[in-house]
Amino acid sequence: QDCTFFTRKEILRLHGRYYEMAPNVVPMDYTRDPDVKLPMQLIINMPELKENPFKERIVLSFSEDGEGSLSFNDFVDMFSVLSEMAPRELKAIYAFKIYDFNTDNFICKSDLEQTLNKLTREELTEEEITLVCEKVIEEADMDGDGKLGFADFENMISKAPDFLSTFHIRI
Amino acid sequence: REAQLFVDKFEGALGKGKGKKFYAYKVMMTKKWMKFQRDFENFKTACIPWEMKIKEIESHFGSSVASYFIFLRWMYGINMILFGLTFGLVMVPEALMGKPYGSLPRKTVPRAEEATAMNFATLWDFSGFAQYSVLFYGYYNNQRTIGWLKFRMPLSYFLVGVGTIGYSFMIVIRTMAKNANDDGGGDDTSFNFSWKMFTSWDYLIGNPETADNKFASITTSFKEAIVEEQESRKEENIHLTRFLRVLANFLALCTLAGSGYLIFFVVRRSQKFALEGLENYGWWERNEVNMVMSLLGMFCPTLFDVISSLENYHPRIALRWQLGRIFALFLGNLYTFIIALMDEINLKASYLPLFNIFNLEEEKIVKYNMTIWEASLYNGTIPENSTAPPIQVDPADVPRGPCWETMVGQEFVRLTVSDTMTTYITILIGDFLRAVFVRFFNYCWCWDLEYGFPSYSEFDISGNVLGLIFNQGMIWMGSFYAPCLPAINVFRLHTSMYLQCWAVMCCNVPQERVFKASRSNNFYMAMLLFILFLSTLPAVYTIVSIPPSFDCGPFSGKTRMFEVISETLELDFPSWFGKVFGYASNPGLILPFILLMVLSIYYLNATSKSYKEANLELKKKLQSVRNKELQ
Repeated sequence: QDCTFFTRKEILRLHGRYYEMAPNVVPMDYTRDPDVKLPMQLIINMPELKENPFKERIVLSFSEDGEGSLSFNDFVDMFSVLSEMAPRELKAIYAFKIYDFNTDNFICKSDLEQTLNKLTREELTEEEITLVCEKVIEEADMDGDGKLGFADFENMISKAPDFLSTFHIRI
Repeated sequence: REAQLFVDKFEGALGKGKGKKFYAYKVMMTKKWMKFQRDFENFKTACIPWEMKIKEIESHFGSSVASYFIFLRWMYGINMILFGLTFGLVMVPEALMGKPYGSLPRKTVPRAEEATAMNFATLWDFSGFAQYSVLFYGYYNNQRTIGWLKFRMPLSYFLVGVGTIGYSFMIVIRTMAKNANDDGGGDDTSFNFSWKMFTSWDYLIGNPETADNKFASITTSFKEAIVEEQESRKEENIHLTRFLRVLANFLALCTLAGSGYLIFFVVRRSQKFALEGLENYGWWERNEVNMVMSLLGMFCPTLFDVISSLENYHPRIALRWQLGRIFALFLGNLYTFIIALMDEINLKASYLPLFNIFNLEEEKIVKYNMTIWEASLYNGTIPENSTAPPIQVDPADVPRGPCWETMVGQEFVRLTVSDTMTTYITILIGDFLRAVFVRFFNYCWCWDLEYGFPSYSEFDISGNVLGLIFNQGMIWMGSFYAPCLPAINVFRLHTSMYLQCWAVMCCNVPQERVFKASRSNNFYMAMLLFILFLSTLPAVYTIVSIPPSFDCGPFSGKTRMFEVISETLELDFPSWFGKVFGYASNPGLILPFILLMVLSIYYLNATSKSYKEANLELKKKLQSVRNKELQ
């Protein structure tokens, strides 16, 4: 409870949700710290994540082994960062990880294109996509390398008024 | 992960202790204290009313619709406190310790009305027994202290009236300050596209329909921004746009003027009806004023909507214009109503005393009548000019003077009730029946009802918020004359919460453009503040300038209502206090004080402006330093 932003009741509730996803695998008793991981397919079918276009990226960023399986600790971590009590800086760190599709620690043009396509479900034309990506790099890139580093991203997101309210999942 | 290991290590180390018992004890107490704090947080979150309902609505409809319900809940809290004040300090003492019903003329239903006093129609209209009870101003006795507690009733009434207004001001301004802090200061124009890309998806959405709408709205917003970016600065037909906008404003002004005139006309007509006796007219004529006001409030906003389609503004600007116009409409209606009512109260010199409305002339005549009537009681039993023992007369038979405060209170209560009824009926018919119609008649109708004309309704956020604000304005205006108003409002908000939650989940569909909730909150607070200020003006005016009725209420017999304060100072406080207060209320002292406050406001304003400018300068410097680093 001290590492996350949840109260005891909420952590127990989270455990209940984790358990119902795979009752035959997840043990009820966590005192012996068992090593149980749930695969990505189960997690992204949760009702809170189902409609989210970035669900795979979210699960991947919180997964320790990099393949998308979440242990219970990762699970609680994920919802803790996405809860409303997490501070802005922490959320910015994870948001950066989520939007960085090729995991090269930079948000480059292709990452932006993929984000945009997921957001609009590919309704925009090619030239519109290019225009938007150019505008984003023009606005946020401070060090002029043509892609967004973490400092650029954080600088941009800290000024956004609705970042905290939209980057928030209630469970 | 790292954090977890660290915490394990840390707590383990403490458990071994350093051998000092006191240190270990302190550590244990700290842990217990933290546990207690966590439990308290758990308890507090469990206590917030309606939290689960609002969360559900938020996940289906997005944060903007939920913000309306959060606003409703906040208003409910304020009204609970107002209710507590009026109920606990005014209504309960009078009910428990004041003279009971029937002991005084002002507390009894007059003989003439007794036959109909218990009818449901009379009670619904708030006359009869309802009028002669703790619910209205007229029931209260002007005795200085009541009961064995020596509770000072008139003082309490006055202070509660002033206190409710003061409390409301304080809490609205406090919330505004808090919102202003949260808003922070971000530049509006930079990072437009970046924010659209990274913060437009609302992670709270869990409903497929909402998600579809959200995708569509994100796409549209991107397209809009792209078009704005691609378009060159030239504006074709700038004259046509300007002309259309001027035309639209003109039409809106006409509508406002028309509605104001209509209300004035209707109130005058109702006075004429009252003159000729209400029994000759049907239900419509009796309730004409309330019905007209409610209908205007229902239809004019849609009219404004149609007019605004002429203007072709950016949707956010169009919304602001819409809100401003509806605001002006409601304000105009309320004030025309008040003025017409005040007219009725003040201008009665020309109308001879044929009906029960406040009038100095009429009061004199009634007083004269009362002395004649009393004399007639003594006639035949005791000769004049001698002290006579009081004759037992049933209080219901004593002729009564006019009581304008109760009348005003009754008008406000009736208006609130009819407004509530109209809202509920609109929800039931406009949303529920419409949804039922569309759902079931879709099979046997020529065109597709769900996509075509009626379709399901959206939740009208701005209309509902404005309705809430104006309702609160009426409560603030009327609660001095009718202590029952906060109680009625608490009941209304409570039922309204449940009804609207149900209606939203059952009959409404998510909006086309899912609206962002963050910025507009302070706009609503500012309107609330404005309404609060305007609604307290009439009450303050009557306290200071109009003499209270001689025959009813806690201030009867005084020339001005605020004299109760000076009376209390003279009689209840030691004499030096009165002297100090006398010096303090000297205009020679108050005027410089007001001057000092105005100057300090100006000074604080100037310093805050200079801080903002310094802030901007620093930001620009940062930007230029960063740009320099690039090169």
